[in-house]
Amino acid sequence: MFEEGSIFNQLLVERLNYFIYVVLLLIGLWAMIAKNNLIKKLIGMSVFQTAIILFYVSIGVKDGATIPIYLPEHDPHASHLPLESNASEVGAHGPQVLEASLVSSYTNPLPHVLMLTAIVVGVATLGLALSVCLRIYRGYGTVEEDELLEKLEQMDGQTGGGRGRRRPRKRSPRRNTQESNQSRKVTSAEKSGSQKPNSSRRPNPKNAKPKPSGESLNKSETKDENRPKPVRKRRKSPPRKPREDSSQ
Amino acid sequence: MTDHIIWILLFPLFGAVLCALSGGLSKKICYPVSIFSMLGSVWASVCTLIQAIESPVHEVSYILGGWSLDLYPRGVGIEFRADLLGALIALVVTGVGLIVSLYSKVPVQRETPGKEPMYYALFLLQITGLAGIALTGDAFNLYVLIEVAALTGYGLIALGTNRAAAATFNYIILGTIGASLYLLGVGYLYLKTGTLNMVGIREVIESQALYDSPSMQVAFVLVLLGILIKMAFFPFHAWLPNAYCHAPTTTSCLLAPLVTKVMIYVMIRMVLTVFGVEFSFESTWWTEVLPWLVVVAIVCAAVMALAQRDIKKMLAYLIVAEVGYMVGGVWIYNYYGLIGSIFHVISDACMTLCLFLGAGIILEKCKTTHFDGLRGLFAKMPLTMIGFFVGGFSIIGLPPTCGFFSKWYLITGGMVSERWEYMITLMFSTMVMVVLFFRLIERIHLAVDESGKNLGKGHGDLGLNADQTRFDEAPLSMLIPLLLAASIVIIVGIYNQEVVNQIEVFLRAYDLPTGVNYQ
Amino acid sequence: MSEPIIVEDIRPLLALLAPWVGMIGIIWAGEKRANLRELFTFGAASFQAAVVLSLVPLILSGAVVEFHIWQIFSYVPMLLRVDGPGLLFACVASILWIATTLYAVGYMRGLHEHAQTRFYSFFALSLSATMGVAFSANLLTIYFFYEMLSVSTFPLVTHMQDKEARTGGRTYLGYLLFTSLCLLLPALSWCYVWLDGGHLTMDFIADVGKVGHFGETTQIVLLFLFTFGFAKAGLMPAHSWLPGAMVAPTPVSALLHAVAVVKVGVFCVYRVYADVFGPEVLANMSGEEWTMIVASATILISSLIALSQDNLKRRLAFSTIGQLGYVVLGAALATDRGQGGAVLHIAMHACGKITLFFCAGAIFVATGKKYVSELRGLGRKMPLTMGAFMIGALSVIGLPPLGGFISKWYLALGALDRDATWVVVVLLISSLLNVFYLLPVAVTAFFRTSETEKDTTIKEAPWPCVVPLLLTALGCFFLFFWSDVLLQMVGLQP
Repeated sequence: MFEEGSIFNQLLVERLNYFIYVVLLLIGLWAMIAKNNLIKKLIGMSVFQTAIILFYVSIGVKDGATIPIYLPEHDPHASHLPLESNASEVGAHGPQVLEASLVSSYTNPLPHVLMLTAIVVGVATLGLALSVCLRIYRGYGTVEEDELLEKLEQMDGQTGGGRGRRRPRKRSPRRNTQESNQSRKVTSAEKSGSQKPNSSRRPNPKNAKPKPSGESLNKSETKDENRPKPVRKRRKSPPRKPREDSSQ
Repeated sequence: MTDHIIWILLFPLFGAVLCALSGGLSKKICYPVSIFSMLGSVWASVCTLIQAIESPVHEVSYILGGWSLDLYPRGVGIEFRADLLGALIALVVTGVGLIVSLYSKVPVQRETPGKEPMYYALFLLQITGLAGIALTGDAFNLYVLIEVAALTGYGLIALGTNRAAAATFNYIILGTIGASLYLLGVGYLYLKTGTLNMVGIREVIESQALYDSPSMQVAFVLVLLGILIKMAFFPFHAWLPNAYCHAPTTTSCLLAPLVTKVMIYVMIRMVLTVFGVEFSFESTWWTEVLPWLVVVAIVCAAVMALAQRDIKKMLAYLIVAEVGYMVGGVWIYNYYGLIGSIFHVISDACMTLCLFLGAGIILEKCKTTHFDGLRGLFAKMPLTMIGFFVGGFSIIGLPPTCGFFSKWYLITGGMVSERWEYMITLMFSTMVMVVLFFRLIERIHLAVDESGKNLGKGHGDLGLNADQTRFDEAPLSMLIPLLLAASIVIIVGIYNQEVVNQIEVFLRAYDLPTGVNYQ
Repeated sequence: MSEPIIVEDIRPLLALLAPWVGMIGIIWAGEKRANLRELFTFGAASFQAAVVLSLVPLILSGAVVEFHIWQIFSYVPMLLRVDGPGLLFACVASILWIATTLYAVGYMRGLHEHAQTRFYSFFALSLSATMGVAFSANLLTIYFFYEMLSVSTFPLVTHMQDKEARTGGRTYLGYLLFTSLCLLLPALSWCYVWLDGGHLTMDFIADVGKVGHFGETTQIVLLFLFTFGFAKAGLMPAHSWLPGAMVAPTPVSALLHAVAVVKVGVFCVYRVYADVFGPEVLANMSGEEWTMIVASATILISSLIALSQDNLKRRLAFSTIGQLGYVVLGAALATDRGQGGAVLHIAMHACGKITLFFCAGAIFVATGKKYVSELRGLGRKMPLTMGAFMIGALSVIGLPPLGGFISKWYLALGALDRDATWVVVVLLISSLLNVFYLLPVAVTAFFRTSETEKDTTIKEAPWPCVVPLLLTALGCFFLFFWSDVLLQMVGLQP
């Protein structure tokens, strides 16, 4: 099965590093898409980025090569190499141009360098994402994606209709009272995950894609921008009365 | 000083550090610091553009660390290379950054009080990242700068409300996937060519004729897929509406005009400079397939924009449609299409800036951007409305705004390559945009509500009380940037030939079909 | 044709900019200083008319006046050029603007209309765009001003700001922008790209007939794209915007939809036929008769529809559509006298139709009546108005000694030049139909008795409404007696 030229040989022996990184990539991708918990999604993201890092590092490896740090004592030709003019006491610490025959003894340092940068970027992303998760948790009380989506839809459904307008919609007075209730418990005190379920509870969007999909949140126009409480709104102009009462 | 190119990045970088450090002492210092650093950056990018225009090879090159370009292939250092395209985009980035930083005083105070130091630090770092993307000549450095821009963008959005934070998470996931795919593609490129310098990669591809190499094809797909995700090309766009709609006002004014457009620039850079015309257009299948995807993208985005009742969401979907235009302009593979695409990058940045600045002012004064809350704004805020609708007419494509000229070139490009599907989609989406903006005008101007009933007492009475129709313009710090942006939209339109001349000089180095045959 | 002498002069630009200056004055004067505001409009209109009229001697001597505004593309400038037909159109538009302003003052104040400042400022903008179209020297410039006109007339059409205004505005803008963005723009860029490789300026003098280099199908497709792309010309089926735009106040209908907007449309079509394609190319084109057929169909069908309309303004709107078809027909005839007759008809019809619209509006101001059936006996109470209506109707029908006769005469001659006798038949039938739908209005007013015979409160409309319509009615006479000047302007021998 593992003879030369067969698919298994090509995949698992000759190109093992590719195979591994692809598997890790897909695991990470699957986690980002399929997992419900936001933290697990982030773990998936981390695995995804790690796969790429492993790939890069693996392409610098050479058979029988050593780490790319130049120590003159390990260099069999050190005595023959030209010395740096100002390095007479401590020996040849300066960078030397290696002869072609020596190059293959060292692994390629460039991918390592690139991946140090990528690791730093990954760390920064992870840190940022975790703090955003913390913010979500403090704001909505959950880090489960399905619960979060429900809460967002509820809030968007409640706030999207009435609160944003300059004049209240004349539809259901129930909405208007809810909007005045809502206006008091805006944003920061959002333990209000338990809203009055006036909008129908939507079924859990199972196997949702990693994004709370644009479509389901599409219907909601949230006026979250008006964090200034409506009392401020009323400061400028009289409260919005229904049309018939408006003085002209 | 001759190295203006690096000062484009250094001004905002130092400004960010200054904001972060001294902001603890005094929050009021952040706004002036940001304005001054943006002024410096704009000056440096103007100088760089002039240098690039006047240089005999039409580019300005700067190697970080002083490494030389002599070693094969094209050196070992990180090169910052401002050819005409990069210099133009850098100017657009810094110009937009300046206008938004002028604008930012009131919204930042109102929406993120107390967080100004962090906000402005992230703001200036974002400009650094975006300008760096426009100027870098090294593929891996591009990844780093993409991530700088992305991370600061995530931070800027998440500094808003909780809803914004929820939208950011989605953006983080998708953005990281995109950038990581790009990184993977760069890995393949390095694997095969041994260099990370953009021009160097193309030289290796051409000298070793790697057109059919499977690893290069994989690299191409990965790189472009990553970029497409980051530029919100349909169907990878789902992060954009929520992120831009719920973000703080200044953030959306900064990100919306710039981020997706700079990613389009990256795509053009990859296609032209890194992989080369022959590889990208003739050795892959993208030229045949992508315009059809573009058709789907534009149509879906336009239709979804029609369904919105909130200005900012509508504008976000318009961005997705405009991205479709630009991607289509590149992949129809001809000279006019690329001119149109590049010019559209510039003009779309200006007109999206105009629209989002206007939407921000509407939000500030009317506390809502929902369509129902807009009646009577022509009387209340006439100057803002003029500025906003200059941007709107530019999106529709009415002369003499810049949007007309970019549409002109795109249509011409579609015609030359006989891509009738792209042309018809352009027409269709133009009509949709006409409907969008004139519907908005109707909502503001007419005394009719959505269901068609008359409001008010007739004779132009809009059913509003005196307070809502009183002249109450935006604060000057928000109004002047908007009017500045509107005048830039018109000026870029009137002077479009100057810009297009430079674009043509840039494109002359590449062998693109012009499709001209006449009797 | 001999090369015309080109004179560089700033006067075309002045004519274009006068309304803008006037607009600034109008906005500054505002609602509080209404008389000063009206003065600004009159000032701008008079200045514009004076500038335009001052160009007449120069043009009659055979020269052509140019002014280069801006090089918008490398090879295509925004260029203003005044030649005979353009100047004729500009004279008509600017003189009638003065009359319409006087009329609008009376109308708007008589009905206590709202938002008059906005009204007058966008009115001025529309006239600036009209001047721009009249003086354009190439296709791109004409397109710019065409779009500017569409946008600047939108607030005028939706002036009443109610439900009907919304519907009317949607129809109006929908038709106009759809056709111009989807039909006209591709045609323009086709010409730009495929002719001379993007170096073409699409100039009306320099590039006449270059379209002939295209293949046969391309030529016909382009011709139809241009014809229907300029939807302001009101060819069927792109005509529905015109009745829809009647929701506007009457001064708007009068000037814009009898003089400015629709005449811009047919003038653009004339330019395309005469100066982009050119008579030789047109005559040799195989499918070209179809444009004549479409125009004739428009004439006949709209006249028939006009017969059935009871709302006076709608009847006049459909009459306008028919009369516009005359101009397109004349342009499509591709003969000198046919195309000259087309341009003449722009002038004659403008004068006649504006009289009719002024009368319709005066009737509405004085009595509130909109329908023809209600007009019985009105002639006795409002003799001046109905008298002017009679004169305008006779001019539109085409009887001497009124102006309409000259243009129809030359159209018929042009048709005979081309041996297209069926066109003459169409002209005769449509004139007959004009009689049937225009004269009964006057006859009802003068010779029928009404139920409200004893109602003595009805009298003439306020004088600012009546004076303009008398002046334009007189204008119909003058156009007949001065027709030799007009003929010289369009290049025909009197």
